[in-house]
Amino acid sequence: MTPQQPPSGGVRRSHPDRHAAVPPWRDRRVQRVGFQVIVVLIVGLIGLLLWNNLTSAMARTNLTFGLGFLSQTAGFEISEGLIPFAATNTYGRAIQVGLLNTLYVSILGIILSTILGVMVGIARLSRNWLLNKIAAGFVELMRNTPLLVQLFILYFAVLLQLPGIADSITLPGSVFLNQRGLFLPRPDATATFPLWLGFILAGILAGLIGWQVSSRREAAGRPTYRAGTVGLVTMLGLPIIGWLVAGGSPVAFDVPVRGRFNFAGGLSLSPEFLALLVGLVIYTAAFIGEVVRGGIQAVRRGQIEAAYAVGLSEMQTLRLVIFPQAMRIIVPPLTSQYLNLAKNSSLAIAIGFPDLFNVSSTVANQTGQPVSVIVLVMAVYLAMSLFTSLLMNLYNRRVQVLER
Amino acid sequence: MTPSTAPSAPDLPPPIGIVGPIGWLRQNLFSSPASSLVTLALGAVLALVAFELGRWAWSEARWGVVTANFRLFLIGQYPLEAAWRLWLSLFVVSTLSGLSAGTAGGTIRTLATWLAAGQALLAGLAFLSELGPVVSGALLVNAVVLWLAFFLKLGRFVPRPALTWAWLLSIPVSAVLLAGVGGTPLEPVSTNLWGGLLLTFLLALVGILLSFPFGVLLALGRRSSLPAVRLLSTAYIELIRAVPLVTVLFMASIMLPLFLPGEIRIDRVVRAMGGITLFSAAYVAENVRGGLQAIPSGQIEAAQALGLSTYRMNRHIVLPQALRSVIPANVGLFISLLKDTTLVYILGLLEILGIGRAVLAQSQWFGAQMEVYAFVAAVFFVLCYTMSQASYRLEEALGVGQR
Repeated sequence: MTPQQPPSGGVRRSHPDRHAAVPPWRDRRVQRVGFQVIVVLIVGLIGLLLWNNLTSAMARTNLTFGLGFLSQTAGFEISEGLIPFAATNTYGRAIQVGLLNTLYVSILGIILSTILGVMVGIARLSRNWLLNKIAAGFVELMRNTPLLVQLFILYFAVLLQLPGIADSITLPGSVFLNQRGLFLPRPDATATFPLWLGFILAGILAGLIGWQVSSRREAAGRPTYRAGTVGLVTMLGLPIIGWLVAGGSPVAFDVPVRGRFNFAGGLSLSPEFLALLVGLVIYTAAFIGEVVRGGIQAVRRGQIEAAYAVGLSEMQTLRLVIFPQAMRIIVPPLTSQYLNLAKNSSLAIAIGFPDLFNVSSTVANQTGQPVSVIVLVMAVYLAMSLFTSLLMNLYNRRVQVLER
Repeated sequence: MTPSTAPSAPDLPPPIGIVGPIGWLRQNLFSSPASSLVTLALGAVLALVAFELGRWAWSEARWGVVTANFRLFLIGQYPLEAAWRLWLSLFVVSTLSGLSAGTAGGTIRTLATWLAAGQALLAGLAFLSELGPVVSGALLVNAVVLWLAFFLKLGRFVPRPALTWAWLLSIPVSAVLLAGVGGTPLEPVSTNLWGGLLLTFLLALVGILLSFPFGVLLALGRRSSLPAVRLLSTAYIELIRAVPLVTVLFMASIMLPLFLPGEIRIDRVVRAMGGITLFSAAYVAENVRGGLQAIPSGQIEAAQALGLSTYRMNRHIVLPQALRSVIPANVGLFISLLKDTTLVYILGLLEILGIGRAVLAQSQWFGAQMEVYAFVAAVFFVLCYTMSQASYRLEEALGVGQR
């Protein structure tokens, strides 16, 4: 009895008399390797050709490669940034300022658009017809017009048309809005702040412990003795006690004061920053709203009915049944919305906010090294995107584990 | 003999609070105290906003900025005496759409309906502007020809392959008509003069058409079992998807000229088209990959069992099914591409938003920002909203996600 034949190409080799030897160009393995070699060669050749053209063109136009320009003096001002910058600083620092601005507006934008987006998503599911339709109208309006047009409307047609300093719109709580931007009181720490901070941290700790105890007991089906509520009350109560104990307010508000030409003190947000942030937030919130709605609607009706049938309250159903299942569907598209927001922040250049791309294009113009700058900027965006994906994948894994 | 029953009570109308308009109000707007409160508050805000907007649009807004510059918004600085070439190429596309729509299925039918409606709308607007009744009439004729060919199913009399070839030919024909050729009656029109909605559409259309074959190859490459091919495709797709379109456009505008041999000059519009194509190829690839993944592995195994080569399997079994199912996703991509073409404004091209900025630089329209941007936003809204509705219907017709 012959041993069972291996199912691979070995069959052919073991019976040279029954099958003619396969010529190499017909051999599947040779084909596979050959095809890859050809593809790599073609791509490599095209790359080499482009590289050749690039170097000769750069030699012709006196452009060079390299990142040496990063340590040269920039010689231009940047209108705003999280770290101080002057014209005497280097190009490297200018790009740092731009990167920090991009990160700042992206992170703030992600937080705010998530909050607004969840609200929009829930409004889209509301049984109140008016609320539902308004949310739907908002979503369609945002999704079907270009973000750049929205930014232009916000910046050129709204914020820059606001009254001047003298006629600022005054909102309660020393908040002023005018064509120079938004001016808010800025909280500053006083001497008693560290003590108060201790109370806040203790409160947060108590809240976390209460929440953990509560959810563990709930998951195990034991009475929770309202541990969550107790934790929440402690979390809110401790800072209040701390405020009284500390004696003297731990936080002093630096209120913006109207001068002749501008406001002094306080926290000021430029119209460029405001337009970019608000534009990104409302645009992305519309997309996030649809993601949230889709996720919640994907939870089967039977799940919710079953939850009510076993006697869970409406809140418990939302928290224990709907939310964990919806999150599994929501997280992946939410990640791509976050990435879109970060990428869309590069539209800052059109309204003059100094983000990474805007500053870099100035640097590219001044140094005459566009190629290096573009490669650098793309690498930074790639790194940001990979990092966000990594974080969201970790979170996604956590959510997915909750599955059973 | 019928069994005698007690005379039943006459049928009463249902209580007025449950059905009819009052019932509807009760159920949808005032179902609970909280809901009533929300309704009243939102209603008040909405009424206020609508009133203010209406007052502004009716009495304050200077819409003259749009009607006076309508030609710029529509075709940019494309010379008026050569504009007939635009209408002619639109006529070619309209006729072909009408022929195809009469016989083909939902996809082309929806798009054709939309094209006809769009041209009729443009005809109306052109009538009100300096373009006048001739242009308006030309556009209207296009719409009518499209509808006639569609309704009379004139496509029956044209063999299918001929129609396919005509479609393929219409691309170079339109390109020649638009750009012109030196030394012929068709005077060349520099791409610097292309602008407005014309440029917006051209950028998006060229972007999606050129990137399609490239994207299909990338998608196949990413699913390939050959590591080198897979690695190259994946790297390209992920790199492009990670960076903003602006950086790709910037790269295209600065680096494309450097990549080409010194003698070749390419103008800014072509550079922007190149950038958009490179960019959208990665997104098309991801769409197509979704379509490829949706194909049951039994199809592929059956093809292999029949001894088809990889090429034949993809050509006859895999791609026809995959491409059909990704049409709605690609319509979605076309919509976002159409919106993204506004970014070429940053490169200094005068697509519809760039035209808007240029119009605002005219001294007599100083301060009419809201009117111009509201008009541009409205144009995009009409285009994108109708297309997205069409693509939803398409999705239902194709039964995507139900297989």
